[in-house]
Amino acid sequence: MAEPFLSIQHVRKSYGTNTVVQDFSLDVEPGEFVSFLGPSGCGKTTVLRMVAGFEEPSAGKIVVGGKDITRLKPNQRNVGMVFQAYALFPNLTVAQNIGFGLKVAGMSKPAIDSRVAEMLDIIKLPQMADRYPYQLSGGQQQRIALARAIAPKPKLLLLDEPLSALDAKVRVSLREEIRSIQKKLGITTIFVTHDQEEALSISDRIAVMYGGRAEQVGTPFEIYNRPATKFVANFVGTLNVLEGKVTDAASGKVQVNSQEVSLKGKLNGSKSGDTLSLALRPEAISLGRQPGHDASLSGEIAEVHFLGSVIRVRVGIGGNTVSLDTFNNSTTPPPVVGDKADISFSSGDMLVLH
Amino acid sequence: MKTGRFWAWVVFILGAAYFFIPLIATAEFSMRMRRGAYSFDAYQIVLGDARFQATFMYSVVAAIFTIILGVLVVVPAAYWIRLRLPQLRPIVEFITLLPLVIPAIVIVFGYIRMYGSNSPLPFLANDTATNALLVIGYATLSLPYMYRAVDTGLRTIDVRTLTEAAQILGAGWSTIITRVILPNVLIAVLSGAFLTFAIVIGEFTMASLLNRPAFGPYLQNIGANRAYEPAALAIIAFAITWGCMSLIQILSRFAPKSANRPN
Repeated sequence: MAEPFLSIQHVRKSYGTNTVVQDFSLDVEPGEFVSFLGPSGCGKTTVLRMVAGFEEPSAGKIVVGGKDITRLKPNQRNVGMVFQAYALFPNLTVAQNIGFGLKVAGMSKPAIDSRVAEMLDIIKLPQMADRYPYQLSGGQQQRIALARAIAPKPKLLLLDEPLSALDAKVRVSLREEIRSIQKKLGITTIFVTHDQEEALSISDRIAVMYGGRAEQVGTPFEIYNRPATKFVANFVGTLNVLEGKVTDAASGKVQVNSQEVSLKGKLNGSKSGDTLSLALRPEAISLGRQPGHDASLSGEIAEVHFLGSVIRVRVGIGGNTVSLDTFNNSTTPPPVVGDKADISFSSGDMLVLH
Repeated sequence: MKTGRFWAWVVFILGAAYFFIPLIATAEFSMRMRRGAYSFDAYQIVLGDARFQATFMYSVVAAIFTIILGVLVVVPAAYWIRLRLPQLRPIVEFITLLPLVIPAIVIVFGYIRMYGSNSPLPFLANDTATNALLVIGYATLSLPYMYRAVDTGLRTIDVRTLTEAAQILGAGWSTIITRVILPNVLIAVLSGAFLTFAIVIGEFTMASLLNRPAFGPYLQNIGANRAYEPAALAIIAFAITWGCMSLIQILSRFAPKSANRPN
């Protein structure tokens, strides 16, 4: 593994007796795009603000490019940041906003003009140089904020929920644009979001945070398919959680509502008689017994929602309810509430939550 | 609906009459110096009076220094309170209101007792120091207006995020205040400045008790000894105040617009 470019080492942040970040550690490689994902109040923005220098850690160390920056002021860190509320300077034009950091750094006017033009080309707004922020849409303002952040060629780019204030369509296009610019420039980036789809779609790695800790750090594929904790499994994606009882730990037999399921090799450390939380993603479940699926459960159709291309079905299995989606097929009528139904899945897709 | 509108007009006309009739009467009286004809003789006498020019210039200079002092004290203080010490805001608001509650005469007597020639800070020992004390006193009197104007201006921008955005781009405190914060609250600062100007131009108590040759004591002196000139001076004083107010309105059109407040 390459030497980490950003190393956050055992960082803690407390306000009085309230600890909002506890023993947070993360190494980020050069050019990597890492997202901090978590609910409000999980400490993700606080970690980002500590990297930016707006908050001082109560303990721990932050190293960028081999240099300890823990006690450096924000204006000495050479870090770029994009804020949720855009934070463009209202009294300056777009060009002046983008050139602000360059002017502060003492660059000559021709050099500033050339870099500003280059940035405007990158964000595909070359005709906006003389406009004021109030003359731009939210998406355009955030692209200008991104250009302003990267214009001084920072070592690290921090994005604090930059898409939260935008409407859904702009959000999707801008996140793709951010990712493509990041890849093009090869800039190491930390992206804070509470939107799992955003994090899954653009990150190299995701740190899922909860209660001031990193619950799991991994690639989007790992986070989604192999969640390490119950919280990660619940927070990322939709999940059906079933209560099960281990009947034979050695052979991996688990009972769910008096029906037996085999989970061989997944019951590490569990004993016969233990109660477990088992989870299945909706896309791993099929209605009816399907070839290739080695496990099944029987229940009763509890709800059917016709959503056009997809039919969302909820199947009651004892005290548990399992949600799954089936594609709409014009020749097959949708399931009927109250009918008996089997669901099938591959036992390898069933997650045991700890 | 129509009845409501009628009574609204009645109230408006009564209010306007209460305000304008004395003003029109004063203006009319100020032009009756020449027997049997309207003239601007009173204005010519007042404007040609060397004491008018001297005292007016003295007050203008005092007002400029008061505005500079007020801006230097109030802008950083209001900014810092918004940025780092929001819990102090109610206390500071209370302190800035005190000059409205404590009469100027009490403040100036306090000054005379505190800063006499035997004091470690003998502000009253010579003219220059007394002028400085007068400016400090004026800055105190205008504090409620200046603080509120600046604080209102700061409320219209996201002080914390703009400060952080500038910081992360490498800016130090002086750059942040002069290039980011001040330009965005400039109109508010100018509003405070013009209110300060209007207060200083007409102030009598402090200037009189500190024995300074200001415009306020001159107005009082003329008013006590002449007939038509005080009316002309009153109209001139009104014109100056209204001029200041109009400038605030005109300048507010040039305020930097935020994305949330485009018009």
